[in-house]
Amino acid sequence: MSEVSEVSEVASPEAGRIAVRKTYKLYIGGVFPRSESGRSYVVQGSDGGFLANAALASRKDARDAVVAARKAFGGWSGATAYNRGQVLYRVAEVLEGRRAQFADEVRQATGVSLAQACGEVDAAVDRWVWYAGWSDKIAQVRGGANPVAGPYFNFSLPEPTGVVAVLGPQDGAGSALLGLVSVIAPAIVGGSTAVVVASEKYPLPAVTLSEVLATSDVPGGVVNILTGRVAEIAPWLASHMDVNAIDLAGAPGALADDLAVAAAENLKRVVRLPSADWTAEPGIERMTAYLETKTVWHPMGV
Amino acid sequence: MRFEYAPAPESRSVVTLRDSYGLFIGGEFVGGSSVFKTISPATEEVLAEVTHGGPEDVDRAVAAARQAYERVWSVMPGRDRGKYLFRIARLIQERSRELAVLETLDNGKPIRESRDVDVPLTAAHFFYHAGWADKLGYAGFGPSPRPLGVVGQVIPWNFPLLMLAWKVAPALACGNTVVLKPAETTPLTALLFGEICQQADLPPGVVNIVTGDGSTGHALVAHPGIDKVAFTGSTEVGREIARMCAVSGKRLTLELGGKAANVVFDDAPVDQAVEGIVNGIFFNQGHVCCAGSRLLVQESVADEVLEALKRRMATLRLGDPLDKNTDVGAINSRAQLDKITDLVAAGDAEGAQRWAAPCPLPERGFWFPPTVFTEVSQAHRIAKEEIFGPVLSVLTFRTPAEAVEKANNTPYGLSAGVWTEKGSLILWMASRLRAGVVWANTFNRFDPASPFGGYKESGFGREGGRHGLEAYLDGPGGGDV
Amino acid sequence: MSHNGLMTPFQSDASLRRFLHGLPGVDEVGARARADVLASRSIKTDSKRQAIDLAISMIDLTTLEGQDTPGKVRALCAKARQPGYGAPPVAAVCIYPDLVPIAVEGVAGTGIKVASVATAFPSGRAALDVKLADVKSAVAAGADEVDMVIDRGAFLSGRYLPVYEEIVAVKASCADAHLKVILETGELGTLDNVRRASWLAMLAGADFIKTSTGKIAPAATLPVTLVMLEAVRDFAADGGRRIGVKPAGGIRTEKDAVRYLVLVNETAGEPWLDPALFRLGASSLLNDLLMQRVRMETGRYSGPDYMTVD
Repeated sequence: MSEVSEVSEVASPEAGRIAVRKTYKLYIGGVFPRSESGRSYVVQGSDGGFLANAALASRKDARDAVVAARKAFGGWSGATAYNRGQVLYRVAEVLEGRRAQFADEVRQATGVSLAQACGEVDAAVDRWVWYAGWSDKIAQVRGGANPVAGPYFNFSLPEPTGVVAVLGPQDGAGSALLGLVSVIAPAIVGGSTAVVVASEKYPLPAVTLSEVLATSDVPGGVVNILTGRVAEIAPWLASHMDVNAIDLAGAPGALADDLAVAAAENLKRVVRLPSADWTAEPGIERMTAYLETKTVWHPMGV
Repeated sequence: MRFEYAPAPESRSVVTLRDSYGLFIGGEFVGGSSVFKTISPATEEVLAEVTHGGPEDVDRAVAAARQAYERVWSVMPGRDRGKYLFRIARLIQERSRELAVLETLDNGKPIRESRDVDVPLTAAHFFYHAGWADKLGYAGFGPSPRPLGVVGQVIPWNFPLLMLAWKVAPALACGNTVVLKPAETTPLTALLFGEICQQADLPPGVVNIVTGDGSTGHALVAHPGIDKVAFTGSTEVGREIARMCAVSGKRLTLELGGKAANVVFDDAPVDQAVEGIVNGIFFNQGHVCCAGSRLLVQESVADEVLEALKRRMATLRLGDPLDKNTDVGAINSRAQLDKITDLVAAGDAEGAQRWAAPCPLPERGFWFPPTVFTEVSQAHRIAKEEIFGPVLSVLTFRTPAEAVEKANNTPYGLSAGVWTEKGSLILWMASRLRAGVVWANTFNRFDPASPFGGYKESGFGREGGRHGLEAYLDGPGGGDV
Repeated sequence: MSHNGLMTPFQSDASLRRFLHGLPGVDEVGARARADVLASRSIKTDSKRQAIDLAISMIDLTTLEGQDTPGKVRALCAKARQPGYGAPPVAAVCIYPDLVPIAVEGVAGTGIKVASVATAFPSGRAALDVKLADVKSAVAAGADEVDMVIDRGAFLSGRYLPVYEEIVAVKASCADAHLKVILETGELGTLDNVRRASWLAMLAGADFIKTSTGKIAPAATLPVTLVMLEAVRDFAADGGRRIGVKPAGGIRTEKDAVRYLVLVNETAGEPWLDPALFRLGASSLLNDLLMQRVRMETGRYSGPDYMTVD
């Protein structure tokens, strides 16, 4: 594992230069607005010290994010699988280029060692590459011709479901970046678009991730990232009638039950997978959960 | 008013041609015992000197591939193999202009085709297969399929770089190492690919490129140190290789010749059908195994379609392959030109009616004007034998059943085209045509996700798609991938 | 009854439908692929110069705004007569009917045509007698050409006969003026409909078929124009007259214009490479053509400051 330069040390005044600190905003529709509520909340480092103020997203931000995601769905689902794969691979390239920055943010947020933080970042990039390679293959694994008893050509194809709400993992190992990447990538690789709620405790890598998305040919609105309180935002997404699916990874038990009930109103596809060791290679359930199967019949005859 | 297009040549300067090229073995370019020249078929100028790989060179290459397989590539996690393939794909994209110009110089095909078809598809093949490297357990061949080992691959001159991609990408993705023999007349883009492997830091010996002639290919196929053979080329040579592998027991896939029928019904979208006919036989100067070399047109619309076809053929631009407006480039070699000329003479002798639009041919180089024969019947040589040139044979039919019968009446079975607005007829025809690829209302479309290969004497095995991985895997087994 | 040498026994929507739907279909993917290949032609040096001047001479320089005034039209005509930099004059000016007298004066003695839109342009939604009066007033005021719109509502609901008869009536009201029939291809939805509407217009007596009003998107596109060029080619081959094609709207750059000329060259052929049979409906295109013309002459890139605003 290669070394990461100690750029973070430069932030302290003792080193001589006053750092220009970053502001952390929401990522909606390809741009970076502050919360329409004007609110923010304090993000603390693992040592309890002040890291930054992150935007505290409101239900209106969530609403706007769903609008942006819906608007982006036509173009993203209409792109070729090859094109989506290329875009996702480009995201991985840009992520890799920012390895040092991410490792730093993960370390400061979660308190792990620099080596462990680098390990998480590397795993996140590799995870993204794994998903990128699925774009033009999932149809071959999940689709195919069906041998019906009659002079009909019959085939089944997976199609993206639409707008997916993703509650990113909140805490626990890997939730700052690796877990986040592991719930976002499968939602969009098949052509759906996503509204993501980041970890409340570790939101800063999520915002940096949105900067990566914004500079990697990902069309605006395909991924929207909100920072704030899951308990406040999630119910609005779970009950939203224009959201087609929801991943409850970041909702604790009782809340998850309530959200699943709310989601039933428009029969959202609900993803409730047992909490994962994010370092393990995922299966394909998180992708297939967002894929509808369309079966087409056509007669064969002169 | 006449609207002539002024010359619009692509510049050659993006390519730096070396005077001589070695063999790419064990990650290095190394010399061999003898050399030969490769020329531009459009001008007959010598482009470079290339090393001829003798049996000892093939030996070295196989040894390098074996060592790389055992020590590095077969033990490397699929995720990492995939990353190398992604790098290669990116490098191909970055050097795409250089590759396109080099391919046009060495092969004779129009720059528009190298630039818009060959090179983008080459990159796409590497991208597609990169993603399979760590997902082989999902491909339908068991939970942990293993590679075969060292594969020997012999490719033709019609799509030199693309055929390299079709062979190398899946082989590597599945964990095999390769020794590749490019065609004698088109070695240069394969050698540039060797450089790209170096730029990607691909572990030495994973890809080896041994240039040479038929004897080099023979030595490779016969080599006891390889586990599998993949060959694309003529049916004649394919048969010989099948005999050799029957004795040696090596795994084998073959992609051979064709004499595809392009079937046009009376309710076809005529203008697009004409494009499809033209594309089917004049794309790449007809040097395409899956070329639509037999037009089967429904008799009721034959005159109308022929008239539209001839009108369209008259707008084809033949000439300098480096000119961006050229549609039809040079025939790849003197030998191929002779074959085409002979078969065309046979067509004349057997009584078919020949037509070509007025077409001035450049003085130097190897050229053949786009030609169409009408009043052809199944018994004619030009309806049976693969010409592998810009020559179309036209036959007629009356009913769908007759179309199927005539289309299938050949030992080949690589591809077929169907043109009609009626969906059920397309599917009915597709289910009855004995061809590995059926194009409906289109032709000559390729994609790394789409399996390609033939029935009958057009070969066996598929390249591309999930199905194409099978040839490079050893079936269910234990161990990590 | 016959028009242009072709028998037209169309007494009903159904009989017209049988004819129009019996025309060969258009495969959209294939048509787009052909247009893309033709768009990749590389037109350089002499052929580019030639194409630029040809394109300029084919422009129907257009202003169709609610806020048009005599002053605006006079300025347009001045630009039409003398685009500048040694360029040839354009083919026509295209304006609303009430400004025809101004335009007639503005291009008098130059050979530039005055084309007027009519028939409740752009929507076409008005009673027939109102639309015919619109045409007659434009012609009476001196218009050389009339650009009418077809009734898209009728076309899309299969009422082909009223569409046909309306074109016939408008042609009759044109007297000596040439009739361009705007299909509004952006509303027709499919290339099959573009082919059918083209044939319908040609059978009814159109002198030109035109893609768009320019008031909705998409306006002119290469695949649509390809299908229309195939239609006029086939109509002429069938023993009919040669009918012109005018793509209009959305053609902004020299590159766009040259692509259209390549399309004409390789589809309908040389006879259509003439303002008598091919026009480009545009406004800002002229300045881009002039800028390219200047660059080819001087070797320097020009800028908006050097191109007059009309």
